[in-house]
Amino acid sequence: MAVASAPAGARSILERPPAARLPDRILRYGLLGLSSLILVLIVFFFVRLISEAHPAFSHFGLFGFTFGQNWNVEASQFHALPLVEGTIVTSAVALIIGVPVAVAAALFIVELCPRRLSQPLAILVDLLAAVPSVVYGLWGFFFLVPKLHGIETDVARALKWIPFIGGSSITTTGPNLFITGLVLAIMILPIVCAISREVISRVPTDHKEAALGLGATRWEMIRLAVLPYSRVGIVSGAMLGLGRAIGETIAAVFLLGDASRIPQHLFGQGYSLAAVIANEFGEAQGLHRSALFAAGLVLFVFTLLVNGAARGIVARSSRTSRVPAGGAGGGGASAAAAVGA
Amino acid sequence: MSAAAPAAGGINARYGVSARRRRTDVAMRGVLLAGTAIALVPLLLIIYYLLHKGLSSMTSGGFFTSDPTGASAGFFGGAQKIGGIKSALLGTVEIVLIASAIAVPIGIGVALWLVEYGRNSVYANIIRFFVDVLTGVPSIVFGLFIYIVLIVGTGSTYAGWKGSVTLSLLMLPIVIRSAEVVLSLVPGALRESALALGAPRWRVIFKVVLPTAASGMVTGVLLAVARAAGETAPLLFTAGVTNVTTLNPTHYQNSLPLQIYNDFIAGTTQNFNRAWGAALTLVLLILIVNLSARFISSRSRLG
Amino acid sequence: MTADRTTPSSVDVSPDDTADGTERTRAAQPVPSAGPAPAPAPVSSSAGHALRLEQLRAFYGDAEQVKGIDLDFNAGEVTAIIGPSGCGKSTMVRCINRMHEEIPGAHAEGRVLLDGENLYGPTVDLVAVRRAIGMVFQKPNPFPTMSIFDNVAAGLKLSGARGGGLREKVEGALRGASLWEEVKDRLSEPGIGLSGGQQQRLCIARSLAVEPEVLLMDEPCSALDPIATLKIEELIEELKQRVTIVIVTHNMQQAARVADRTAFMLTGDLVEVGQTSDIFTNPRDSRTEEYVTGKFG
Repeated sequence: MAVASAPAGARSILERPPAARLPDRILRYGLLGLSSLILVLIVFFFVRLISEAHPAFSHFGLFGFTFGQNWNVEASQFHALPLVEGTIVTSAVALIIGVPVAVAAALFIVELCPRRLSQPLAILVDLLAAVPSVVYGLWGFFFLVPKLHGIETDVARALKWIPFIGGSSITTTGPNLFITGLVLAIMILPIVCAISREVISRVPTDHKEAALGLGATRWEMIRLAVLPYSRVGIVSGAMLGLGRAIGETIAAVFLLGDASRIPQHLFGQGYSLAAVIANEFGEAQGLHRSALFAAGLVLFVFTLLVNGAARGIVARSSRTSRVPAGGAGGGGASAAAAVGA
Repeated sequence: MSAAAPAAGGINARYGVSARRRRTDVAMRGVLLAGTAIALVPLLLIIYYLLHKGLSSMTSGGFFTSDPTGASAGFFGGAQKIGGIKSALLGTVEIVLIASAIAVPIGIGVALWLVEYGRNSVYANIIRFFVDVLTGVPSIVFGLFIYIVLIVGTGSTYAGWKGSVTLSLLMLPIVIRSAEVVLSLVPGALRESALALGAPRWRVIFKVVLPTAASGMVTGVLLAVARAAGETAPLLFTAGVTNVTTLNPTHYQNSLPLQIYNDFIAGTTQNFNRAWGAALTLVLLILIVNLSARFISSRSRLG
Repeated sequence: MTADRTTPSSVDVSPDDTADGTERTRAAQPVPSAGPAPAPAPVSSSAGHALRLEQLRAFYGDAEQVKGIDLDFNAGEVTAIIGPSGCGKSTMVRCINRMHEEIPGAHAEGRVLLDGENLYGPTVDLVAVRRAIGMVFQKPNPFPTMSIFDNVAAGLKLSGARGGGLREKVEGALRGASLWEEVKDRLSEPGIGLSGGQQQRLCIARSLAVEPEVLLMDEPCSALDPIATLKIEELIEELKQRVTIVIVTHNMQQAARVADRTAFMLTGDLVEVGQTSDIFTNPRDSRTEEYVTGKFG
């Protein structure tokens, strides 16, 4: 039985002509090239930043710059500690106020509220992310500052025995660290809430039913089954919010004033790393400009540390407790994207 | 005995919840409700304030059709006109459009490579890591970078397109991340059946994968756009400050966030009013983009 | 198995009973809600707790999944519920501890009487019901972030148990679940580090710790290997002295092994209930016969 065979010299029909493979190759290597370009770009980004910041670092020393106490433009003294502390204070306020509110709202929306209200409430909270930071700055300055002035003075007087918060000789003069932190809290609310909602809704029904089956009240069920499971994801969401608060520039510019002193008290003026760059870069020359780049680098290293810590927490917990942190990772990515993080 | 009396005490007595637990339950539920209410209060306040202060300015004659005159009203008495926000509005639209034109193709391309070719390889994970790092960069640092590279580095001056490039740097990681998520949601079975029919890889990507992921990617892009439109810091040292409307991106270009910022600094009531009008306009713009993104995403064929 | 039957207080006294107290299977017709004379409610005693379902109906929205069930569960016994997938057995069982209404849009009608008290009564505390009636689920689900000890103690801590008393109760529950010997040296290790069978016994211990009167088991062995299954079946045999047990199973051999009485359900109706041996060897209803001989399922 003769098996049909191709005429000698002709290609088998199973082989694609080289020309047909070309588009595939082009696509594959084209995209690879693009991705590598991105890599190169990012590396170049950091190299350039570091080289611009270098003069300031070499003049004042790495530690001298970051932890020195004096940021004085006229005297050409650039030490970032007041800025760092201002950044820390405002971010801390943002976290302390923003995260509990965001998590409470997330728990309510997912676990407690009537089904029909879940989606609308979630959208409303997410809408906070649609407000640009410059509008937050405007609103904070014109609405919050005057409204809270009286309250702040009262609190400062009532709590005068707590250092940094109180003091009977405090006069609050408008924009200050606390208000900045408060507005930052509002700005990070949507991100933290979105990620928390995502993680909380991934708690398996099994565990919740097991808790209820033991005779737990609704809150006890949340405490037993929901919170421990979603703790990791919530923390990583909070850190994402923290990173956002650290780098927020314009709201800080509107609400901080520009006193580049070490922050004396919560309701006083201060400065932040991001705000100083925005305020002073326009007219900065030479060493000053380099110092601002250095401040930007310090700022960036902070966010890097925070994000890295968040990732470390997620990774470590998924190794030890076998609570799938995929909820934190994948869910977090899409939830964060949803609020345009 | 066949009496049907319930066991002594009833179930509530045998197993019921103590008053303390009951109180805690009610209290904590109240706390969570309160938290949600607190979360919503700022939104309502901002909306109210925006409308209250911005509507009148927005609806005044010439708000959208005249450029800022650069004058600060009221200093010299009388009705010196400060103008509208035409250049800012058009500037924002154009700057963001150009930024998207840069960021979207590149971002989708990188995401495509990561999902289709790189997958879980070491190199792909390195790229993912760096993109992640890029996500965390504060927006003002992007401005610094572009300033150094494109302005000082080339010895030239501010320009609208340089602002666009800065914004595209901001948008890139957002686009890449959300596109990657969406593309990896395309079922492998879909790709495989197309490949099994003998289609070459590039065709499968363009005719099957991309269309399936399209609405999801559009959502991601729109969210990145909404984010970019509201950013001020990256434009501070790149796009330049100007009042005139220009459609030429090689000139200085105005933008809504910058306009608001400058009006705030100007410090007079009329400038403030215009700032509010511009703020309302900007928020409406972003809302439209945002809601379109949600709408498209709700009709997506994926996840 | 029949030893307790002669004690009147733990028997469902009805006109169908024969003189020595053993129960005949009911006639092969849909179970009437009222027979020639209404049967008095089963009464509890120190021998155990009895459960009765009266016209129990369960709905998902408007869809009726369980269509009017009358069923008794005797104290000190294991009752198995068998039937094909989708017949409503899990749904019915979840109505007993009122977990069914946790699903959005779901509700139940009818009466569930625990020792004569209607669990659906208006003054009854939902949380009390759940504590009195324990549940073991299909897939072992110990709390993933808690240690073995904490898992068992979880229910106890809710009502404020502490310290030495707590440790005693945890040990008692673990012994009751035949798990103590295997875990007594590693109580602080994570609960999910145990094997599947051990995890399920851990869940049983967790339920036992709060001393429920009835234990519901919804296909507890379907995710386990045969050896683990065997251990749990032995456990059930021991436990039925302490708690009345209701077990849902799709495995007829399992019902034959562990259950005193068996109820067969089909598309939401109770077709037949009676002594397990009678159901399998001499069923009254033709549908029961077809199911147990494997003609469908």
